[in-house]
Amino acid sequence: MKYLSEYRDLTLVTELVEDIKAITTKSWTIMEVCGGQTHSLVKNGLLEMLPNEITMVHGPGCPVCVTPISIIDEAIMLSKKSEVILCSFGDMLRVPGSDKSLLEAKSEGADVRMVYSPLDAVRLAKDNPDREVVFFAVGFETTAPANALSVIQANKSRLKNYSILASHVLVPPAMEAILSDPETTVNAFLAAGHVCAIMGIDEYYPIAEKYKVPIVVTGFEPVDLLQGIYMTVKQLEVGESKVENQYARVVQREGNLLAKDVIDKVFEVSDRDWRGIGTIPSSGWEVSNRFQQYNARKKFHLQPIEVKENQNCMAGEIMKGKKKPFDCPLFGKACNPEHPQGAPMVSSEGSCAAYYHYSNSNNMVAENN
Amino acid sequence: MKSDFKLSIQLNCPLPKLDFDIITLGHGSGGLLTHRLLESGVFKILENPILNEQHDGALLNFSGRVAFSTDSYVISPIFFPGGNIGELAVNGSINDVSMCGAMPQYLSLAFIIEEGLPMEEFWEVLLGIKKASEEAGVPIVTGDTKVVERGKGDKIFINTSGIGSVHPKANINIARIKVGDKILINAPIAQHGVSILSVRQGLEFETTVTSDTRPLHRIVKKLFDECGEDIHFLRDPTRGGVATVMSEVAKQGKLGIELVQKQIPIDEQVEGACEMLGLDPLYVANEGVFISIVSPHVADRVLKILKQNFNMASIIGEVTEAHPGQVILQSKIGGRRVVNMLPGEQLPRIC
Repeated sequence: MKYLSEYRDLTLVTELVEDIKAITTKSWTIMEVCGGQTHSLVKNGLLEMLPNEITMVHGPGCPVCVTPISIIDEAIMLSKKSEVILCSFGDMLRVPGSDKSLLEAKSEGADVRMVYSPLDAVRLAKDNPDREVVFFAVGFETTAPANALSVIQANKSRLKNYSILASHVLVPPAMEAILSDPETTVNAFLAAGHVCAIMGIDEYYPIAEKYKVPIVVTGFEPVDLLQGIYMTVKQLEVGESKVENQYARVVQREGNLLAKDVIDKVFEVSDRDWRGIGTIPSSGWEVSNRFQQYNARKKFHLQPIEVKENQNCMAGEIMKGKKKPFDCPLFGKACNPEHPQGAPMVSSEGSCAAYYHYSNSNNMVAENN
Repeated sequence: MKSDFKLSIQLNCPLPKLDFDIITLGHGSGGLLTHRLLESGVFKILENPILNEQHDGALLNFSGRVAFSTDSYVISPIFFPGGNIGELAVNGSINDVSMCGAMPQYLSLAFIIEEGLPMEEFWEVLLGIKKASEEAGVPIVTGDTKVVERGKGDKIFINTSGIGSVHPKANINIARIKVGDKILINAPIAQHGVSILSVRQGLEFETTVTSDTRPLHRIVKKLFDECGEDIHFLRDPTRGGVATVMSEVAKQGKLGIELVQKQIPIDEQVEGACEMLGLDPLYVANEGVFISIVSPHVADRVLKILKQNFNMASIIGEVTEAHPGQVILQSKIGGRRVVNMLPGEQLPRIC
């Protein structure tokens, strides 16, 4: 199949693994930023194929995971209003807030609907003029264009009963937060391919320059990931810190100009809380003043909610790459996908959940570490 | 949406002339309306000597060991590419009985209908039931019809039970699975789940994938006729898919299981759809697929028998001494990973 089987080719994979082994002389710690990359590394059993010198650590790039409990609580609060239809992507539904998840709120009678696109939520608003439709707009730069487009569509149709609860987060500020931590062990990044498909790669040059780290924009298939790792190690071994693009079949340097334009129209940069990490300045998007009638926070006069995380949870250190899921005393015991105590156990793309799902008691996925 | 798949059944059973075009609460009251619905519809369509008795229950003769199984069907939408809820309900119970090593002989059938269901749709479901029951040669011998208020159901729910004598050569038990046993599958995975998703509201996508709903009792009988006690275990991986069934077997039997991904048959379109939706096909539902765990010396024979009906049948793995309680999948690119049960329903991912 085009774009599928080619990037899962056994011969290519074997060759790339050999190439990586051949150039690796020192120990390196590489962070893959995106949860989709973590998922693919673990699901395809790639971690155990890598040489022992290479440690992959898993970044904060799982949008479901980093959505703070307080925002989930806001969504649940909204869903309980009798006039509200709360729409959300599927994997956000199961994530527990401080008391319950949206799925549980649904079973208690809240009108919570799973949609596959924010434009479906706009359609729901059109079809239900006597109800308030709120779309839970979660995600990195990848989901922002469609969410922004839904606001523009609603505005065009003069819909007064549609709004979004935005919880958008941005990748580059999170990478900087990780690198500026004096205890960081990260030597290089595989940047998130699909985020770059939207935003382009220009944002990464100053980061590579300032922190002297190689950044390789990388895809999600086994061949992509191994090639990305190869390109990264090659730079590390000779002391380079360049931005390179492994995922050139999808990512252009300037990104997707149309998508960026829609984002610029609807959103403005704001500070954002990251579950497990804390507040990172200028690391998110909020609905801009121009479209504030579509901002659910303003429309329903939501006040910030303070929520405490489990103190024993190592989510922050795991997402910054300082610890592995198996290092956490809660992992697989008090914390599992049914009862996640922290962000990375929440979605299948979170690093703890990926380890939990695809590993055994002998820590098989982490044999190389 | 349903109309695309309706009237796929070419049977000479036109909708009877009735003075109602939707199902109402009265049709489940047990009174005159119920009587008319049953007389002009259900009994006539599904007729057979035992059902014709119209008793409170069916009187049946059995000797020896009997397998008995029940299942409820609440699928939405009720019409989908390749079938409808009625066919699913008949084939489902036939297959559950078959997986016990028995030959299904009789079925029960109970409807819970939501008030307002168009008579035409009920008729279509009924024809699906007739078609599946006739094709399988397993009659429906007793049943029930209830109607609930609008909003208290989802069009129609169906419960079926199946019963049948255990094959004289069958001895199916998880405890009989041994290290070295081979694991076989008859047909490509994830077809049913993907066909349902392709017509689910909000997700409609174009595909020619159809549900794999089908009865499996004949092929199962052939396996027992020829390989008897060397068939140690059978299971149809419906909800939760192949991964869940294999995980259950490994955990219950404290057995190690090795699967080889490239041996697991999957249709290219189904694989593409799963990629697009962010689903792992190993966890997607099947309706006409079954897994056999057999003695290694009959594995090739079993494969040959399966191949007579299913050209994509395959040996997908084996039972190992290593890692008891766990399923390890050898990925297409040579990596290895654990296959666990899902904590809940597989939900499409954000990105």
